[in-house]
Amino acid sequence: MSRVEATDDSNGTGPSRAARGAPLRGSDAAPAAGVGVHAVGIRQPLIDGVEKVTGRARYTADLPAPGALVGAILRSPVAHGVIRAVDTAAARAIPGVRAVVTGADCDIAYGVIPIAQNEFPLARERVRYRGEPVAAVAAVDAATAQAALAAIVLHIEPLPAVFDAAAARAPDAVQLHANKPGNVEREVDHAFGDPDAGFAAADLVREQRFHYAEVTHAMMEPNAALAEWDAERGRLTLHSVTQVPYYVHLALARCLHLDESRIRVVKPFVGGGFGHRTETLNFEIVAALLARAAGGTVKLELSREESFLTHRGRPETDIRMKIGLMRDGTITAVDAEIVQRGGAYAGYGLVTILYAGALLHALYRVPASRYKGWRVYANTPPNGAMRGHGSVDARHAFESLLDRMAAELGLDPFAVRRANLIVPPWRTLNDLQVNSCGLGECLDLVERASGWRERRGTLPRGHGLGMACSHYVSGSAKPVHWTGEPHAVVQLRLDFDGAITVLTGAAEIGQGSSTLIAQVVAEVLALPLDRFRVVANDSAVTPKDNGSYSSRVSFMVGNAAIRAADALRRELVAAAARKLAVAVEEVEASGEFYRVRGSDRALPWRDVVNAALEPAGTLTANGAWSTPPETQGGKFRGAAVGSSAGFSYAAQVVEVEVDEDTGMVRVVRVWAAHDCGRAINPLAVEGQVQGSVWMGMGQALFEETQYHDGLHARANLLDYRVPTIVESPPIETFIVEAPDPNGPFGAKEAGEGALSGFLPALTSAIADAIGVELNELPASPDRLLAAIVERRRARQRDAARAARVREEA
Amino acid sequence: MPKRILTTTVNGMRREDAVADSTLLLDYLREELDLTGTKRGCDGGECGACTVLVDGEPQLACLTLAVRCAGRQVETVEALAANGRMSALQAAFHEKLGTQCGFCTPGMIMAAEALLRRNPAPSDAEIRDALSGNLCRCTGYVKIIESVHAAAGARP
Repeated sequence: MSRVEATDDSNGTGPSRAARGAPLRGSDAAPAAGVGVHAVGIRQPLIDGVEKVTGRARYTADLPAPGALVGAILRSPVAHGVIRAVDTAAARAIPGVRAVVTGADCDIAYGVIPIAQNEFPLARERVRYRGEPVAAVAAVDAATAQAALAAIVLHIEPLPAVFDAAAARAPDAVQLHANKPGNVEREVDHAFGDPDAGFAAADLVREQRFHYAEVTHAMMEPNAALAEWDAERGRLTLHSVTQVPYYVHLALARCLHLDESRIRVVKPFVGGGFGHRTETLNFEIVAALLARAAGGTVKLELSREESFLTHRGRPETDIRMKIGLMRDGTITAVDAEIVQRGGAYAGYGLVTILYAGALLHALYRVPASRYKGWRVYANTPPNGAMRGHGSVDARHAFESLLDRMAAELGLDPFAVRRANLIVPPWRTLNDLQVNSCGLGECLDLVERASGWRERRGTLPRGHGLGMACSHYVSGSAKPVHWTGEPHAVVQLRLDFDGAITVLTGAAEIGQGSSTLIAQVVAEVLALPLDRFRVVANDSAVTPKDNGSYSSRVSFMVGNAAIRAADALRRELVAAAARKLAVAVEEVEASGEFYRVRGSDRALPWRDVVNAALEPAGTLTANGAWSTPPETQGGKFRGAAVGSSAGFSYAAQVVEVEVDEDTGMVRVVRVWAAHDCGRAINPLAVEGQVQGSVWMGMGQALFEETQYHDGLHARANLLDYRVPTIVESPPIETFIVEAPDPNGPFGAKEAGEGALSGFLPALTSAIADAIGVELNELPASPDRLLAAIVERRRARQRDAARAARVREEA
Repeated sequence: MPKRILTTTVNGMRREDAVADSTLLLDYLREELDLTGTKRGCDGGECGACTVLVDGEPQLACLTLAVRCAGRQVETVEALAANGRMSALQAAFHEKLGTQCGFCTPGMIMAAEALLRRNPAPSDAEIRDALSGNLCRCTGYVKIIESVHAAAGARP
C-alpha cells in the first residue's frame, strides 16, 4: 500500500486557476465551496515524488519479506504441443523445495473478459507458446529453486505451430482452440451509413495496405508478486505490480476456489504499466498457488526476459484502408479491414479488434463506414492492451492515407483535417457521444508553433515536416464486470487529528492519479493540499475501483472525488453552522477557516473538526460516479467498446532529418497539442503528453518483437530497442482546454491520446523529407533503405519505359 | 560457495561483511544491506536502473561483483539526502517531474550526480551523453533533462 503524505510544495510556475476565471464543475455537482485556496490547475509535483527520488519508495520486489520462499516458473520450450506428463518427483525430492505446482493445481480458466476466458495460469493439456508457464516451484533460496526447475521432466508432444495471421488462417492450419475454427477469436463486421454511396459520391477514392510490427510495453519494473498464505485462517494476501487490483482479486478467488472475503490484494509502488498490468497475469496466480501449497510466503520475481514473455502488447497488424474524399477534403466514406495476430490466448483480444474499428470514428465527421476485423490466434505470447489500445495502427493507416489524398487534391494537411472537424455535441454513426472537442485549437497551436506555413516545403532535402491528429477515450463507458455498482468510489475519512485521509482503489502507477485525486478534494474543500493523505490500493481498506486503464481515472475517479468532497463539505459546513448558530447558507469555507458570510466571525479548522465529530465521532464520506447512459454506446453487438463519457483530442507536428544513405531517421523536434478538457495538474499533463508522444516514437522508429519458430528473439532491452535519451527529441507541449460537461472540472484524459498521432506525423515527415511513403512500421533503417531502393528502381523502370516509348515513336 | 570478508564503505559507513565471490554488488546492496533504492530492471546491463557510484564513477551494480568494491567508496541513492532533506538533484527531479513511475529514477539520479560532480554546468548534449545508458519509459526524457539543468543551476 502506498501511504503518502501530501505536500504543498508546488513550484507555482503555472497559471493559477484564479487567473483563468471561474471554476468549472461536473454538470450535476454542487457549486464550488471555497474561496481563495485552490489546488486544481496548479503545477503540482507528485505527492509521492519524494519517496521516488530518495529511494524510499518500495516496489513489490523491495518489500521486506523475511523468511519468504523464492518462487520460479518453468516455461514451455516448444511453441505448440500436447502435454503428456509433467514429472515433478525429482524436483520435490530436492531438500529445500517447499512446493511444486503444475496445471493440475488450477482447473479454472482465467482471462480479463468474462466471456473469453481460455488461459490457465499453468498450462493444462496443451502449451500454445514458447515461454508459457507449465510448472512452478517455491524453495528456500534461488539456487534451490533453479535446481528444482531443472529436475522437472516435461513430456510434450510437439504439434505444428503457426506464427503469423496468414498462416493461422490458412485452410489447413493447425487449430489452437477447439471452439475457434480457423483460429479466428473474433470477427467483426460493422457498417454504418451507406459506404458504397459515399464512395460513389466521392471526388477521390484511394486504398492502401499497411503492416505494423508487434510492440510491447517494456515498463521499467519487471514483474513481481509477493504472496502470503495464512494456513491457519485460510487467507491470502498478495502484493503485486498490477494496474487493476480488483481484477487480480476476482481472478485469485476463482482460480484458488476462495471466497473473495478471504483475499487481500495490495498494490505497492508500481514501475509503470502501459496496459501490461491491466489484465491479471499468470505469475500473480502462480505466486498465490505456490504460497498456498507451501503454507507460507513466496516472493516471485520474474526476469526481464520473462516479463517480455508475459507480453500483452500491441499485436502485429495488417490493415487495408480505403477513404473517399470530396475536392474540398470532406470525408465521404471509410472502409477498413484489419487483421491482428493476437497470440495464443484470448486476453483482451475481442476488445482490441473492436476498438480498432470503433475509433475510426469520433476524431472527424465520418458519414459512412464499413469495418471488418479479424482477431487471430497464433503460437506467440498473448497480446493485450497497450497504451492507445486498439487505436494506434488504425490511426496511422487512416491519417497516412488522408495525407496522401490531400496532396493529390492539392490540399494542405491541416486543411483536410479542418474540413472534417466535429462540432459538439455530436453523436457518431456508431453511437459515440462527443460532448467537447478542442481539436481545432490544437491544430492552430501546432501549426503556428512549428512554423508550418513558412517552413513546410522549404526545408533542405533530407529535412521534413509532418503532422497528424489523434484522440482517445477517457475510460470505457461500460466496465468489464457489469455488476450495477458505480464505476468509481472515493471515500474520505476525518478523525480527531484533523487530517483527511483519501481512500481510493485507483492504481497510482506513475501517472499521478493519487496527486490528482488529492488536488480535486483539496479544491472542493478549499483546504491546503498538505491536509490530505492518499491511501491507494489495499483491498482491506480502500473502496473497489475498476483500476487504471483506458485513461479512466482522471474522469471517473475525479468525479467520484468531487462528490466525496462535496459530501464531507456539507457535513463540515453544517457543523460549523451549528457551532456559529447561523443558517448553513451563511457559512463560507475559506481555507482553514469557516466564516459567517460578510462578518468577522469564523471558526478555525480544529474547531470545525471538533464540531463535526461531536455527534458520532470519526466522519466518513463517500462519493460515487457512473458514466451517463447516453455515453454508453449503441445497441449493436460490440457497441460498448469505444464508448466513453469524454474524448480527448490531439494534434502534432514532427520534424525529421533523414539520411538517405543509411536509412537513419532523426526526430529533430515535436510540437504536440492535447485537449485534456481541463488540466487539473498541468505539470502531470505535460509529462503524460510527452510520454505518449515519445512512446509513439519508439513504435514508429525502433520497436518490434521478433520470433524465430516462436522463440522470442528480442526479450531484452538491448534487442527490443526503446529510445534512449540520445535520440529523444525536445517535445514542445501545448495544453488545450475544451472543458467537457461531464468531466471533473471539465477534465478529460491526458495519458494516451497523443500517442497514435506521432506515427503518421513521422511517416508524413519522412515523405516530406525524401519523398518516400512508408506503408510499414517501424521505420527502421532496413525498411527505409528498402523503400528508398525500391523507389530508385521504380524510377529507373519508368525512365526505361519512357525511353522505349520514345524509340518506338 | 565460500565467502570472504569484504571491507568497503557504503554511503559513508565502513562495513565488514561476509560475501561470496560471485555476489553481485546489486544483490549485496539490496539483499544484505536492504538498500532497495537501487533497482533491478533487467537481466544484466540493459537498463541502468541499478546505477550506483563507486569511487565517484557511475557503475552498473548488476555487472559489478561486490568483492570488487573492497577498499572503495560505494554510494547509492539513499546517500544523497542529507538530514532527510532532498539534494538539489533530487528536489529538481521531484519538482520538475523528472520522475513518473520512479523505477528508473534512482539510477538516473546517480548517473546525473556523477555528471554534475565533474561538470557543474552541462549542456543538453553532455546530459544526453551521461544518461545514455539509463532507460526511462515514462517521461520521454524531456523533463529529465530539465531536472538536471535545474539542479545544475541550483548548485553553488
